[in-house]
Amino acid sequence: MKIHIDEDKCTGHGVCEAIREDVFEVGDDGVAHLITEELTEDMREDLQDACDQCPTQALRLEG
Amino acid sequence: MSTSRLVVVGASLAGLRAVEAARRTGYDGPLTLVGAEPHLPYDRPPLSKEFLAPAPQPPEPPTHRAEHSLRAELDVDLRLGTAATGVDTAARVLHLDDGRLPYTGLIIATGATARQLPNTPELAGVHTLRTVEDAHRVRAELDAGARNVVVVGAGFIGSEVAAAVRKRGLPVTVVEMAPVPLVRAIGEQMGSACARLHERHGTDLRCGVGVAGLEAGEGTDRVERVRLTDGSTLDADVVVVGTGAAPATGWLAGSGLEIDDGVVCDETLATGAPGVYAAGDVARWTNPAFGERMRLEHWTTTAEQGAAAARNALRPVEAQPFETVPYFWSDWYEHRLQFIGVPTAEEVRVVTGDTDSESFLALYRQGDRVVGALGLNERKLVMKFRRLIATRTSWRDGLDYVEGTR
Ligand SMILES: Cc1cc2nc3c(=O)[nH]c(=O)nc-3n(C[C@H](O)[C@H](O)[C@H](O)COP(=O)(O)OP(=O)(O)OC[C@H]3O[C@@H](n4cnc5c(N)ncnc54)[C@H](O)[C@@H]3O)c2cc1C
Ligand code: SF4
Repeated sequence: MKIHIDEDKCTGHGVCEAIREDVFEVGDDGVAHLITEELTEDMREDLQDACDQCPTQALRLEG
Repeated sequence: MSTSRLVVVGASLAGLRAVEAARRTGYDGPLTLVGAEPHLPYDRPPLSKEFLAPAPQPPEPPTHRAEHSLRAELDVDLRLGTAATGVDTAARVLHLDDGRLPYTGLIIATGATARQLPNTPELAGVHTLRTVEDAHRVRAELDAGARNVVVVGAGFIGSEVAAAVRKRGLPVTVVEMAPVPLVRAIGEQMGSACARLHERHGTDLRCGVGVAGLEAGEGTDRVERVRLTDGSTLDADVVVVGTGAAPATGWLAGSGLEIDDGVVCDETLATGAPGVYAAGDVARWTNPAFGERMRLEHWTTTAEQGAAAARNALRPVEAQPFETVPYFWSDWYEHRLQFIGVPTAEEVRVVTGDTDSESFLALYRQGDRVVGALGLNERKLVMKFRRLIATRTSWRDGLDYVEGTR
């Protein structure tokens, strides 16, 4: 499972970070970054939530 | 599974998230999405932002999902261009303008419609902004070279329209009845900070005054002047009315559902009628995070509620309360404003930057608890408070948290 952040679309709402602060963080550059690459199956629901709730549809869950 | 037909009324964000969530929970029964607009669900926030920017072609508002994806992947019976006209909650039947639809579970997601100016004649050049058609009309007026734009209402949409007009170098006046912009959304103190943002960008902001009437040009049906309640007038060839939205509940008259500025729901978004739930701009529910009844017109709450209502409608016995810390944003000029939580507060304190600068964070206190956070260009910090407010962080700890990030 992988999560892809489209940096051109992300405008740094941080909705993803509010859902999983152990996975996403909005940086000083105003866009979200992954702070871990280790995504486990038990995170799937939250990660899917983050994709659905990103107002700019910048997140994509793969695999 | 206890539901054998789930019907969702309103094919916008709440309705879309409802059908997506229904399938995700494993429900594989019949699923119908009814929408009055002829369009696939599309995103509204860009309509008052990017959509109004100068460009050779107006951008298409993003649709969330292609038609094929809705019909084939999610196996949704999609009824676009179809309006619900009523509901018989005893017989569990939804009435449509072209027939009837029995349901076991029903989600009301009919959103809101733009409020019009009361007691004014219908004149060319006067627009509201809610649908993609509205946005095309406003955009076309700006493209045609509006000379004097008057925006009625300094809420989010009005403010964004003003910012878009200024970006094109055109003059704009905003008329707001309240003493400052956005009072209801962010409170008076921060509203005045936002007023200064408008002023710094050349928007003529007139607060504490309302619109008394609109006047057409001599022998035409096009607006030429706006008369204000203080007796003054403004020249106007384009008027954009941003005086808020009213929940779309007219079609529920006589249904027996409780309507009070929205469809009244309990903590699980249930309306009280068997199998009937509501979500999005149309829903007024009790938010356990604050113990208050609220109706929000926010993108993220709408998306979350759509999904929660579907899960609860499919498993009423295990229905979960829907709790959220409200979040909305607004883009003005080059700035992003973000608000988390609720604005009713005993104290509002600016904790980073200052309100005359281009970035600041303000916290809102109720008793000993942080209940709100407003950020201007504070993207990194502001969302941290969504979690802090959700976990009912104390005022002291909230202040310490900000200190610790310096
Ligand atoms: C211009 C604009 C800018 C915005 N910007 C922001 C922003 O920056 N940040 C933010 O947080 N929020 C913003 N919002 C708010 C956000 O878009 C709304 O919260 C969201 O659209 C609500 O979705 P909804 O599905 O509840 O209702 P709606 O989007 O209102 O959709 C309801 C749908 O139901 C349909 N319908 C109504 N009655 C019937 C019926 N009887 N039968 C069948 N269908 C029916 C309507 O035609 C409509 O398609 C903005 C809204 C607008 C209009
Ligand atoms: S929610 Fe979307 S836009 Fe916001 S920071 Fe995350 S990826 Fe970016």
